[in-house]
Amino acid sequence: MQLAVLGGFGVAAMAPLLYRWCGARAAIVMALLPTVIAVWLMTLWPTIAGGETLWREWAWVPGLDITLTFMVDGLAWLFAMLITVVGALVLVYAGEYLHDRRDLPSFLAVITAFMMSMLGLVLADNLVALFVFWELTSITSYLLIGFNHTDPAARQAARQGLLVTVGGGLALLAGFVMLAQAGESWSLAELTERGERLKAHALYAPLLTCVLLGAFTKSAQFPFHFWLPNAMAAPTPVSAYLHSATMVKAGIYLLARLHPALGDTEPWVVTLSLVGALTMACGAFLAIRHTNVKTLLAYSTVMALGALTLLLGIGTETALTAFVAFLLAHSLYKGALFMVAGILDHETGTRDVTAMGGLRHVMPRTALVAAVAALSLAGLPPLLGFIGKELMLESLLAAGHYRAVILPLAFLAAFLTLAVAAIVAIRPFFGPRRETPRTPREAPPGMLAGPALLAVLSLSFGLAPGLLESLVSAVIGGIGAGPVETRLALWHGLNPALVLSLASLVLGGLVFYRWDRLRGWLARLEPLMARGPEAGYEALLRGLVLLAEWQTRLLQNGHIRNYLIMTLLVLVGLVGHALLMRQTPSLAFTLEVYPHEAAMAGLMVAGAVAACVVRSRLTAVAALGVVGFAIALTFVLFSAPDLAITQLLVETLTVVLLVLVLFRLPRFATLSTPIERLRDLVVAGLSGGLITLLMLAVLAGERLPRISDYMVANSQSLGHGHNIVNVILVDVRALDTLGEMFVLALSAIGVFAMLRFHAGSCATQRGSGTRGDDDG
Amino acid sequence: MEPLMAVTIGILFAAAIYMMLRRSIVKLVVGLILLSNAANLLIFATAGMLRGAPPLVPQGLSAPANMVADPLPQAMVLTAIVIAFGVLSFAVVLVRRAWEIVRTDDLDKMKDTDT
Repeated sequence: MQLAVLGGFGVAAMAPLLYRWCGARAAIVMALLPTVIAVWLMTLWPTIAGGETLWREWAWVPGLDITLTFMVDGLAWLFAMLITVVGALVLVYAGEYLHDRRDLPSFLAVITAFMMSMLGLVLADNLVALFVFWELTSITSYLLIGFNHTDPAARQAARQGLLVTVGGGLALLAGFVMLAQAGESWSLAELTERGERLKAHALYAPLLTCVLLGAFTKSAQFPFHFWLPNAMAAPTPVSAYLHSATMVKAGIYLLARLHPALGDTEPWVVTLSLVGALTMACGAFLAIRHTNVKTLLAYSTVMALGALTLLLGIGTETALTAFVAFLLAHSLYKGALFMVAGILDHETGTRDVTAMGGLRHVMPRTALVAAVAALSLAGLPPLLGFIGKELMLESLLAAGHYRAVILPLAFLAAFLTLAVAAIVAIRPFFGPRRETPRTPREAPPGMLAGPALLAVLSLSFGLAPGLLESLVSAVIGGIGAGPVETRLALWHGLNPALVLSLASLVLGGLVFYRWDRLRGWLARLEPLMARGPEAGYEALLRGLVLLAEWQTRLLQNGHIRNYLIMTLLVLVGLVGHALLMRQTPSLAFTLEVYPHEAAMAGLMVAGAVAACVVRSRLTAVAALGVVGFAIALTFVLFSAPDLAITQLLVETLTVVLLVLVLFRLPRFATLSTPIERLRDLVVAGLSGGLITLLMLAVLAGERLPRISDYMVANSQSLGHGHNIVNVILVDVRALDTLGEMFVLALSAIGVFAMLRFHAGSCATQRGSGTRGDDDG
Repeated sequence: MEPLMAVTIGILFAAAIYMMLRRSIVKLVVGLILLSNAANLLIFATAGMLRGAPPLVPQGLSAPANMVADPLPQAMVLTAIVIAFGVLSFAVVLVRRAWEIVRTDDLDKMKDTDT
């Protein structure tokens, strides 16, 4: 399993190479990877169907209890199958769809990387590993939505998708940490067994909130649904794969996976049911406003995701059966429909369904595939979608909580979805032939194979639902209480659910018939729509930018003075606080000072103060000299002859340098106002005081044994030198001294360069001048 | 001696920072010189100050007979003095070049990159 997932990333990285070898056929070669994984998954099926769970463990970060454990149970198997099978078909389709694009290899690389992340997500048992894969899908999705990166709308949609899902991911991370604390394990399998303890834990409410936030943003639940239709800026293969069949289902997968651990409590049932029902109705309602075929499908995906959440919320056995059937049905028909939408876009040059018509004559095969898939979307017999929808209505009718709210919303969604299906399947293919920007032809086999296979699967599972029974049992065994016997059938008898279906058929037909007029009415609601959650997102983003601008203006205003003051005040505040909290510095010291030493200290202070207050440059340089030579004197008196020599030498050179250079500069000018000077004086005084207090604290503290004792003892025997400081410089810390020489050499080169450019041309003068300005 | 040095060093730091907060770039250089001197002195004094015990090994002995001043901070300060001089000479020449080109020593007028 590790080999499959991690090796897959390697294959993804090889995409450009493959492209060089086999051109656009590289897509077909890449499709072998998910095919092989799918075949391997098929071989696991007998074990999985027996209710067993397969494990592969590999310690990743043992110190932090993070393992890269993969497990395959019914739920993971279903998702992994969907990912690999739809993935292989999408790769083939994409090779045809993007065959004339030069950036096809990067597309193949990213989409394969996405596929592997998704596979890792559904197979991971460790929460941390799952989270890493979760974020990887967000990032790869960002790259794929923004694939047409020259289009500003695509870039904006990509950023929106990323911000929403990664923002939710942040909440999810917090939720996972709390989950692991409450359950005392990072393993999903162990956590699922500790459901009772988790639900009684004090952290249950916050951790549920965080986990749900993560899942809802990823799966585009209301009020985060807005990013999904915008993500349709991606190339159609991406929409078909990420934004209908797989990635948006990651949130659903997580909810299903955590159902035994966190589910069946009052908050879980209420939140999931209400949010799910609201998302359903909202998605279906928003869909019929649009004429862009991809947007229509995207909103109907929002509706389907809402339905899945709702079913998980209800959580009865019928609901879970409906969940599995609906999940599978949706992936099959939505993948197919998106690919059909891509064909329409590719062949006609438009995505507007009102601009197309009569295409069944030119592309009969596409029309047939679209019709089958749309029948499944509409929930009509004999397709899998019908079984899913019947089971859903049945479980809703039996739901105990908030049936009065959920049922009308679900019914609304059901008949609007039916209308959407009719619009997508009938509008472009029937009616009078219309002129389109491009002259359509039948789709090439490479593009038709994928949707056709998915449509056939939809039909065959619908006709023979018995095929799915063991799968449904295995999945529910993972997310429900235990193994169950499931029966799936097309004909459930004449029951209330069927009556509801018939009613929705009539109403849906009516909506389709009156669609053009209905859009006109809905257009009047436009101002109201503009105030939706997306407006909130935009406002948040604008606010963030404003805040950033404001704080940048405040903190990064280009005045070096302000940076210094800010830094110093923070330093004084933090260090001073820590210092005063830890100990009260005692000022009672025994001072044993000789008069000449005190005079020396006085000389330093006088020199420093004088350098600050004098108005003449010469006096300032002289005062600096006084400070420097007083320091040299201190070195002499307190046993540091080498330092004294160096200080004397450097001080002399400094004075010479200052005299030579500074006198070409303007005189000291008083540029600041008295208030500014007072402010600076306070800051300087505080910082100086802090240094004094710190040093006193150090002196009062306990003295540790000197680490230089070894050097003192061995200087002569090992370093063959009598001057210990010299031995340290050239032997013990020789590399340090080498670095010092390097700094000096660099500085000398810099000085030389600046003086040389002085004599150069005007152009070089400006060049070096600008550079000097930046550093100054 | 150390408490007195603590106060002295504090004043040196205060003077250095005050000068570094000036708008005139020449005063900033003065502040820089004071700052490096103060920092060197801080390292030196914090290690403890001994009178008349330089870290030297007398001729004929393999190690000093009595307690000597700590040689390690001295070595570090020595490096620091030299590097400070390197930085200073670079800064001074830089300031001069900047003056030649922008004809101002007011830092507030130098904050834009394209003068």
